[in-house]
Amino acid sequence: MSMIADGEIVHFDNVGLRYGTEREVLSDLTFTLFAGRFYFLTGASGAGKTSLLRLLYLAQRPSRGAIRMFGTDAITLPRSGLPGLRRRIGVVFQDFRLIPHLSAFDNVALPLRVAGHQERDIGGPVRDILEWVGLSDKIDARPATLSGGEQQRVAIARAVIARPAVLVADEPTGNVDAEMALKLLRLFEMLNRQGTTVVVATHDLDLLRKVPDSLIMRLDRGRLADPTGALRYPPRRPA
Amino acid sequence: MSDAPRFSFPGFGLRRLGVRGAELIPQTRMSGPMPWVIAIMVAMTAIALAAGLALGNATSSARAEIEGGVTVQVLEPRDDIRAREAAAAVEAIKHLPRVAGLRQVPQAELDALIEPWLGTGIAAASGAAIPVPSLIDVRLQGAATPQQLAAIENVLAKVAPSAKVDAQSTWLKPVFDAMVSLQVLSISLVVLLACALAAAVLLAARSALGANRDVIEIVHLLGGTDSQVARVFQRSIGYDAAGGGTVGLALAMVVILSLGRRFASLGAGLVDSGALVWSDWLLLALVPLLSTLLAMLTARLTVLHALRKML
Repeated sequence: MSMIADGEIVHFDNVGLRYGTEREVLSDLTFTLFAGRFYFLTGASGAGKTSLLRLLYLAQRPSRGAIRMFGTDAITLPRSGLPGLRRRIGVVFQDFRLIPHLSAFDNVALPLRVAGHQERDIGGPVRDILEWVGLSDKIDARPATLSGGEQQRVAIARAVIARPAVLVADEPTGNVDAEMALKLLRLFEMLNRQGTTVVVATHDLDLLRKVPDSLIMRLDRGRLADPTGALRYPPRRPA
Repeated sequence: MSDAPRFSFPGFGLRRLGVRGAELIPQTRMSGPMPWVIAIMVAMTAIALAAGLALGNATSSARAEIEGGVTVQVLEPRDDIRAREAAAAVEAIKHLPRVAGLRQVPQAELDALIEPWLGTGIAAASGAAIPVPSLIDVRLQGAATPQQLAAIENVLAKVAPSAKVDAQSTWLKPVFDAMVSLQVLSISLVVLLACALAAAVLLAARSALGANRDVIEIVHLLGGTDSQVARVFQRSIGYDAAGGGTVGLALAMVVILSLGRRFASLGAGLVDSGALVWSDWLLLALVPLLSTLLAMLTARLTVLHALRKML
């Protein structure tokens, strides 16, 4: 594996991923994500965005290649080392993946509880963020009683509550109105300004324009591509 | 509401890890089959254990009582000679070393012994009494050894040639062996029931793991450790086992006390000596506790083993 670049937070080196004996869904991915940057991941449906994100949030090991996260080789890292890395990554899943029998409050509080925070330190921040995403009146609601947009906001609140070093979001604005989408984007930018590396997978090209300093990664049939030349590829460290 | 986020984040500290409570997986305390399976297991285990302990008490008590017991039967059919030989035997035995005490069983007691079979007044009815042997109950210090029996036989050969000497432990040996076998059986049952309990918990834990696979995956992706996930399942099974164990013990107590009362009413010496003592009740009270610990340990190991297959 190559040497660790200054400010590097994630490095993929010739990574490939296949499920079972099918053909590779991701091929020859080599790129570096740097701390404090804002990345958009775009591409057509089936291009491999979700698979790439799964590698990023350590839900999946690649079939080949090397991945270094926070300076640690994530491929050879034993299972016992994964929770430490995962706690530094916030994830907004495309299908939200809220725990159905927990209230919105408990879903959002989960990363803090997993990280061992005491109950007295949890209530305030969880209520604050639920209020900020406009769900202060839904604190005790179960996911099944929430609309798609509300569930998405709970999922986003859960992803950012522990102030992760990397925030990975799969279509985070897909189910919310334009106003809420903008608001969530501002939240991501705020986290980004505080040092969180943000990776947002999206179809929404308008969204890309709203974060002018962002870097763009475009996936085409499992490979990083930039056929138009208009996009900034590969993600590189700003001068 | 402004666009600028106002919320705060909690500080990070070196606190003990732990997912709060067992809420991560849906709780169905005392409503699923598991607590009732555990209740039955605990009830059966406690009853088997009580039987084993009672048998053990009866065996050791009887053993202690007859270990040094020797019975001398003077078999002479003629009454006068039998009486003379019996008196001489008593006199001879009491001067032997390690004899703690002896008692010639009175004629009235002997008559009472055979009365249920032969009735009373045989001599008056038939003109001749049935020659019932004279019995001498000898207590030795410590167990009756073959050497001591031989010494008694030697001394009796001169003064009471018709006397026959038996160690009480010899003729009760088959009874003791049978009781020890029953005791081993009850201990085996306890072990088998513990294995069955562990197997039931293993199946329940696997089933719960399968049903909550998505939740576990989310917890893992949020940075939860295997140990945290296992603790949730372990705690959940622990509650079920504690509830089921308490119910099971209560059920077992009803059975044990009822059986105890029935046996006590028999008034038989061997059965009476099998009564449970306080330490036995303490052991029985430990059954639900140990079952709960076993269930929690089984759940933990099962879950940890299964989680190793997940990323």
